[in-house]
Order: sequence, then structure tokens, then C-alpha cells
Amino acid sequence: MDALDGNAIAGELFEVFGEEMTTAVGTCAHCGATGVIAEQRVYLRAPGTVARCPRCTGVTMVLVSIRGSARIDLAGFKLAPPHDHGPPVDRQPAS
Amino acid sequence: MARAALPRRLNWQLARVVELVEEAAQTTSIVLAPADWPGHEAGQHVDVRLTAEDGYEAQRSYSIASGPEDDHLVLTVERLDDGEVSPYLVGELRPGDELELRGPIGGYFVWNQSLAGPLLLIAGGSGIVPFRSMLRHRSATGSGVAVRLLYSSRALGDVIYRDELAEFAAAGDGVDVSFTLTREWPEDWTGYRGRIDGKLLDEVSWPAAEMPLTYICGPSGFVESASGTLVDSGHDPRRIRTERFGPTGT
Amino acid sequence: MSPVSRGFLGRRRPVADPSRIPPGQYLTTDFPVLSAGPTPHTPLDEWSFTIHGQVEEPTSWPWEEFLALPSETITVDIHCVTKWSKLDTTWKGVSVDTLLGNIGTSAEYLTAWSDGGYTTNLPLEDVTDGKAWVAYEYGGEPLEAEHGGPARLLVPHLYFWKSAKWVRGLTLTADDEPGFWENYGYHNHGDPWLEQRYQGD
Repeated sequence: MDALDGNAIAGELFEVFGEEMTTAVGTCAHCGATGVIAEQRVYLRAPGTVARCPRCTGVTMVLVSIRGSARIDLAGFKLAPPHDHGPPVDRQPAS
Repeated sequence: MARAALPRRLNWQLARVVELVEEAAQTTSIVLAPADWPGHEAGQHVDVRLTAEDGYEAQRSYSIASGPEDDHLVLTVERLDDGEVSPYLVGELRPGDELELRGPIGGYFVWNQSLAGPLLLIAGGSGIVPFRSMLRHRSATGSGVAVRLLYSSRALGDVIYRDELAEFAAAGDGVDVSFTLTREWPEDWTGYRGRIDGKLLDEVSWPAAEMPLTYICGPSGFVESASGTLVDSGHDPRRIRTERFGPTGT
Repeated sequence: MSPVSRGFLGRRRPVADPSRIPPGQYLTTDFPVLSAGPTPHTPLDEWSFTIHGQVEEPTSWPWEEFLALPSETITVDIHCVTKWSKLDTTWKGVSVDTLLGNIGTSAEYLTAWSDGGYTTNLPLEDVTDGKAWVAYEYGGEPLEAEHGGPARLLVPHLYFWKSAKWVRGLTLTADDEPGFWENYGYHNHGDPWLEQRYQGD
């Protein structure tokens, strides 16, 4: 099925990071392509949300919501400064 | 309303439905008065959340149709027959109801009058919604930036904001609007026919040498095709911003 | 709880027999398509199904041979962790018992792997004794690509993320190795009747 893009998860990312993230730049860990989160190909209709590199389709980000708490795995996407330290660890999702 | 900074927190709030405006056969604009709206930029969206009495929830995103300078927040929703949320918003929702939403959301697919043009806007179906916000912002601020809008719809009855778009074009201040119908068209149709391709884009869009700031919005396949065609004919991909619409619920 | 939206019911259907719906699930009559990535399109003349790993003899069947294996038509209920359940779905496929048939193994676990890179893990005892199939027809028709065709794993007694779409093989393993969703916090076993959605449930 057709993927959407990072715009579709802007709200969820705001919850996790505490700020607007669709313009954040990162590098795909699989192929080295650099791009913004808004351009990632996003698959929403799954047990979690999977973002993939537009160039190589490697998994860049995975968001899951477990018992109401949103978590993000960024192992496939190296964020550039100022986001290079990842999401704040103690952030509570906005209710 | 002053131009809004991006919010520091993204909280759910209730918005009272003020009015419903039928835009096309299956498409309605919902005029809202949110409890605490911080303002927005053209191109941003809101998340809408519906909750049933037993706690069941469904959530969808909708582009903001109103300009940042408008009095009310407006969403334009196309009813999908097999949808879960859109048949409620277009069909059940009525003035006086409260709609839960959060926003504004998005910092990528936005335009404000401080960004240089010329602008190339390419819309497929309900992808026209964020462009209405951008055009209203352009008018409200007196921005003279040159705009070429290409709007693709299945049939004439599916075209949203037809009169308003004609007014923008008729104002004579630099907005050019082209329509293409892909599935059926009236016999006396003077607009374009068929899906957007390289030939149509060559005719309608700014040449690559003009370095337009390009926004493409619509279904994924539409966006991929239009974007690819532009890049193939020499447009700079870094000057192209895209937003894909599609089913988001399970 | 969030404020109630007057008159909103959702897409859910009334339940005729609640005993068939696991806790927290809703009945659906359509067949939602869920995916973690683009739909693969492996040509059938390049397709094969393989059982390997901790086995005495790895075995592989190309498409025509796979279709010629003894098959079964079954009607089962399926349950997705995203809360929809669909009753009386009919599939045709090869039982995993048939596939494992004569293959000697001391392994207790397996990882099912698919085109596109998806994996999910299962104990061997959850796919034997008539509990699992590799299915290539749904509703009497060849399985559509968006629903996992040409063939998918079918393990209806567990949440449907264990029924790997576009399955190409089973790797038998001595140890349990979490697959794609299991690694991101989903339950290792996934029994819908015990509502085992997430780790720790």
C-alpha cells in the first residue's frame, strides 16, 4: 500500500520530542542518504508506525504506543544537531 | 490574528462547530471556534480525535483550510464512503457540537509571505486544502508573490473552492489557476483533461530556471508522480515540498 | 477518558457471539490492510519457500512444487493487535506440520522471515499439531499482494502480527529470537485470549 510521509506523524513526534520535528535533518543508517523527517516514507497502519528511507526503504524510525506511552526507536536515522541527543528521556506524552 | 509561533505544548482542546458549508457533493467545510487557538501558519494541520461513549477512539489529521488571518478555524473534509471518521464529520456533526482537536501541527509544509517565490502549487483532490490557506494568507497580507496553481480533480463536481479560486485568479495580482479533470469533463470544458504529466507541467508550471518554491499535496501516488516529473525536467528537489494524504486508520 | 463525541460510533459492528471475540477486540467485516513497508512483488518463478537453520537437511520448494503439496482449506477467526477481529475467514494452504514433515530437528523455536525483511518468532509447539499453515488462497481466490500474497504464514490462535505476510521461510533455532515487532515492545507470545499485546502483559 502507498506510504504517507513524515508530515503524517508530526503530532506524535511533537509528543515524544516536545517540539516540531518534521524539518529535523538526519542520515539514513543503511544508505547514508540525508533528508528531513517530513520526507521519510511512513507506514501508519501497522502495530506501530514505521518510517523508511525514501532512497533505500531501510527502516529509519519506529514509533510504538505501549499502554498509552509513546516510544520511538531512531536506530536507523542519525539526527543532526541540535537533535543529535535524541528525544528527552523523561518526557511525558501530552495528554 | 498575529502570525503564530510553533506551540510549546500540543494539547487537546474542544472546538465548537459554528457552521457547516457544503463545498462539493461529498465535501464540507467545518467552521470552528476552538477554546484556545494560538494561531497557525498556512499549510499546517490539526489532529482530530473522536471518542465513542464506551471509550473507543479514532484519530485523523486534517489540513487547515482557513488562512492565519481569518476569524475562525476551518477544516474541509471529504467524506469517504468506507471511512470511519469522515462519514461522522460529514453527515453526523452539527453546529453546536464540540470537536476535540490539537494543533497547529507541522513546520515543513508551510508557506508564509516572507518566503520568496515564485510559487508553484500542485494539488490532487483534497490536496487543495492547505493551498486555500496559503492563498488567503497571501491576499490578507498583500503579498504580491506570483503563484501558479495546478489543481487536479476527478470530475467537475469534485472541484472544491471553485468560485473562490476563480476570484483569486480574477484579482489580477499574479495568481494563475489551471484545472485538470481526470475521469470526466463537460463537453464545453476549456480546462485541461487527463492526469498530470510532463507535457502539462511544461505548459503550466514555472520553468526550472525560475527556481520556483514548489508545494505538492494529494494522494501518495499523485505526489510521487508530480514530484518525479518535475525533477526529471530539471527542477531542484530541494525547492520541492510534499505532503501525502491517505488512509490513516485501521 | 476524553470527552465523548456526540453520535460517534466508529466502524464497529454488533457482536452476535461475544464468546468468539477476545478481550479488548472489536468485530470488523472488512479486512484492514496493515503494513510496515512497501508491498513486495516477487515473481512466482523466483519464489521459493525454505526451511533451514537447526535442521538436518534444509529443504526448499519452488512455487509449482509448493502448490502440489497436500493442502487444506480451513475457516478460522483472526485477531489483530490493533483491536479488530474478523470471524470465519477461509484460507487454503499447506499445514506447517506437512512442511516440517520429515525434517529432523532439535530446535524448539523458529523465526519466520519474509520478503521485505519482516520477521516474527514462534515456539515450534505453536505451529505444529494443526495450528499453523502457509496459506496462498483467501476466500477462494489467490491471496492478494496487499494481504501477503503469494503466500503468508497463518497462525490464527495468536495475534495476527505473527502471521507473517510475504513469508519465504522458517529458520529453526535453538533459542527464541525476538522478531520485528517483538523487538519494539510487542509481546513475545501474543495470545489474544490472555490479551498478550505488549511485553509485560
